[in-house]
Amino acid sequence: MGRLKTIGRRSFLIGSATILGGVAFGTFMAARPHENPLTAGLGDGEAAFNPYVKLTSSKITLIVPHADIGQGVQSAQAALIAEELDIEVEQATLSFGEPSAAYYNTAFADEGVPFMSFDDGSVAETMRDVVGAVVKLIGIQATGGSTSMPDQYEKLRMAGAVARETIKAAASQRTGVPVDQLKTANGAVELPDGTTIAYTDLAADAARIAPVAHVALRDPSTWTKVGKPMMRTDIPAKSTGAQAFGIDIELDGMVHASVRVNPRKGAEMIGFDATVAKSMRGVKAIVPIKNGVGVVADNTWRAIQAVNAIDVDWGPAPYPAEMDGHWAEVAASFIDERLDDEWRADGDVDAILSTSEVIDIENRAPYVAHQPLEPLNATVLVTAGGVEVWTGHQMPRFVQQQVARVARVEAEQVTFHNQFSGGSFGHRLEFEHIKQATEVAMTMPGTPVKMTYSREEDFLQDFPRQIAMSRAKGAVANGQIIALSLDIAAPSVVASQGGRMGQTMPGPDAQIVAGAWNMPYDIPNLRVRGYRVPELGPISSWRSVGASHAGFFAENTLDELIRRAGADPMEERLRLVNHPVHRAVLETVAEMANWGVDLGPNRGRGLALVESFGVPTAEVVDISITNNGIKIDKVYVVADVGKIIDPINFENQVQGGVVWALGHAINSEITYADGMAEQTNYHAAEGMRIFQTPEIIVRGLENAEKIRGVGEPPVPPAAAALASAIFDATGKRLREMPFNKFVDFV
Amino acid sequence: MKLLVNGDEREVDVEDDMPLLWVLRDELGLKGTKYGCGIAQCGACTVHMDGVAVRSCQVAAATAEGTDVVTIEGLGMPEALHAVQDAWIEHQVAQCGYCQSGQIMQAAALLEMHPEPSDDVIDIVMSGNLCRCGTYPRIRAAVKTAATKLQET
Repeated sequence: MGRLKTIGRRSFLIGSATILGGVAFGTFMAARPHENPLTAGLGDGEAAFNPYVKLTSSKITLIVPHADIGQGVQSAQAALIAEELDIEVEQATLSFGEPSAAYYNTAFADEGVPFMSFDDGSVAETMRDVVGAVVKLIGIQATGGSTSMPDQYEKLRMAGAVARETIKAAASQRTGVPVDQLKTANGAVELPDGTTIAYTDLAADAARIAPVAHVALRDPSTWTKVGKPMMRTDIPAKSTGAQAFGIDIELDGMVHASVRVNPRKGAEMIGFDATVAKSMRGVKAIVPIKNGVGVVADNTWRAIQAVNAIDVDWGPAPYPAEMDGHWAEVAASFIDERLDDEWRADGDVDAILSTSEVIDIENRAPYVAHQPLEPLNATVLVTAGGVEVWTGHQMPRFVQQQVARVARVEAEQVTFHNQFSGGSFGHRLEFEHIKQATEVAMTMPGTPVKMTYSREEDFLQDFPRQIAMSRAKGAVANGQIIALSLDIAAPSVVASQGGRMGQTMPGPDAQIVAGAWNMPYDIPNLRVRGYRVPELGPISSWRSVGASHAGFFAENTLDELIRRAGADPMEERLRLVNHPVHRAVLETVAEMANWGVDLGPNRGRGLALVESFGVPTAEVVDISITNNGIKIDKVYVVADVGKIIDPINFENQVQGGVVWALGHAINSEITYADGMAEQTNYHAAEGMRIFQTPEIIVRGLENAEKIRGVGEPPVPPAAAALASAIFDATGKRLREMPFNKFVDFV
Repeated sequence: MKLLVNGDEREVDVEDDMPLLWVLRDELGLKGTKYGCGIAQCGACTVHMDGVAVRSCQVAAATAEGTDVVTIEGLGMPEALHAVQDAWIEHQVAQCGYCQSGQIMQAAALLEMHPEPSDDVIDIVMSGNLCRCGTYPRIRAAVKTAATKLQET
């Protein structure tokens, strides 16, 4: 792996230096803590021990800054604080808090550094620290990349512990009882004589003393919440219709709006005729906005009806109008000038391939839309003092920044109220809908405007998952893989997204090859190169990001070579796997699935192992060939996240990830015609429905050193494992998603 | 026009063709019923009309007049939830939760017609309700638990 480190690291270091402007400066600045956002709003007798815990005489408030987009992170964050604070979560009020640099995400440092996840050598750890310092310095508060638990696992327990010890110190001052004789439970301090003082009764005392500085975290063996089955805090409200989402915001005097923006994304609007729309019932205003037009009405349906009645002349797309043009550009990108980086170079691939029978394999992954069930929406109120925004979003501080630019105010003048999101899958990392709502609201200061996309508009404006292609050359001998050269070409999702945020992203883009370059195998001759396709249509992070295409390419290619070698997919992977944590994942899934058993006629079984976001995840897929098409019967999943916070939610997330991955692999893509997405509602890009859903059997392992998140890692292996199973059953190798272009499914 | 929603008679001044979904959400403030697709492809807007599960995005307000409309807000009371809601909590079905009002309304109607549904019946009847988070394994389990709960009462 020598060249992996020299080449990948060099370009990475240059990129990091560009961002930092000097590592020493960055480290110095990064050592300073960010201001606690809770101190500003404190009243008399109120205490804020850190950015996460606030105590008043009437309530305990926990700030859980990571956005809840369905992954249950509000609950998990609260449990981590409560574990050390010695309260029941129900005793506290939970808040997403206001955007603040204090909530920077440290765990982003691990993604994108060119080191194996299990490389804990000094160079790798130093680079993670350096990148971590950058993230802290610029205060990136973000939810994504399965980082919430790695980011918060220690921070939140420490926040709870500091608060608890400070409250105890306050109790000691008041009662004269030494701190070491005080106990805490259920939100109260217990004195040796058995009497208790509620935390809330100690708020004023605690507010007068400095937070205790040095606190040791408890041993995990003493935990009563974390790691045990929990009732997610949001479950009751989400089972009774009581949970409000961004789309449900209701404010005094609020009006409703909807917009249409050029479906040739990024292109201008030439003109429009709103004669009909103007006269429709309930319409209050027609508002031209950037590249489009909005309607303000007294009801969402009337706004959507009216905006659809506007006759608009759209300008041409700034990218190929037809799908063929997109694929041609990707296919033309396997050239030296577009080499983004050589990420892995073990052994001597060229030498082996020049003397072997070469197997050529090409795989493709299409554009895919996010389409969470809650359509994008934003409620915006513009006043003389600034702007208020209500919506669910994964990057609160960037919302402030983007809205500030549109409204021509300072970011500090933008108040952002984060909301529960009806799904995201990466969709709520984007800002266009919020900017559009802001433009509309700017025309009616003092009136809150709720802007809601129709589903059709949401599909048309969706920046989809990147289109991508791989070309591989492999060689097999004596039933083994002896060489693999895997080249992957894709536009850079990081550059596309970063560009819209006004950020340049120097250095190579790890997402072009994520889940492929770090394949946990010792193939004696292995090379992985990423090629950057110039941006075509705008693209955005889609659950599991680069690994959603590259993980599929790597495993589908590997599986094809294994079968060509005449080897067993499990045995050959076990022979090649190069790390004990990953080996255990494979062995466990083999045992669960009873690998090697004869499934009987018209059945097939496939396997894939992908590491993404530091989580090795193996999946075995069982299928049947029926008269109505292929039926997916069962999926066995094993993932190692180091530590499972809540086994119930863990299982739900893993099952959901598998459903997400399989559904889209089977039937979903976005294609362009005349510069516009051809799929504009769920009938055309469905994902999985309940009758197609297999039984999904999940096991989590905790062998890995570091804690990781599980929102995304179950996604990348699923499509490859399904393709492997289809080959096993039919002898047909599928090399392009969605698979229903080539085979029928039940 | 007058609508009977969750047992209350409500007066609304809307076009005959305004979908019931938007009458509920924007005119009556009943936000538990969700907009997902507007073309009966996702089931998030499912409510009961005279006991039958319907996609409220496809029911014109005028059609709903004179019928008994029940939404998620009227299915159970906080102190006495419907058996389906109880089962949904017990199995912790929800992830983002946006589709779950519709799933629950559909499941409640399903169990009215099929008190002891087979796996196939559950799959067929629930197939109109999309869940982008993929909570289907838990939906199946929760429907069965709800069926048992209803049998016991």
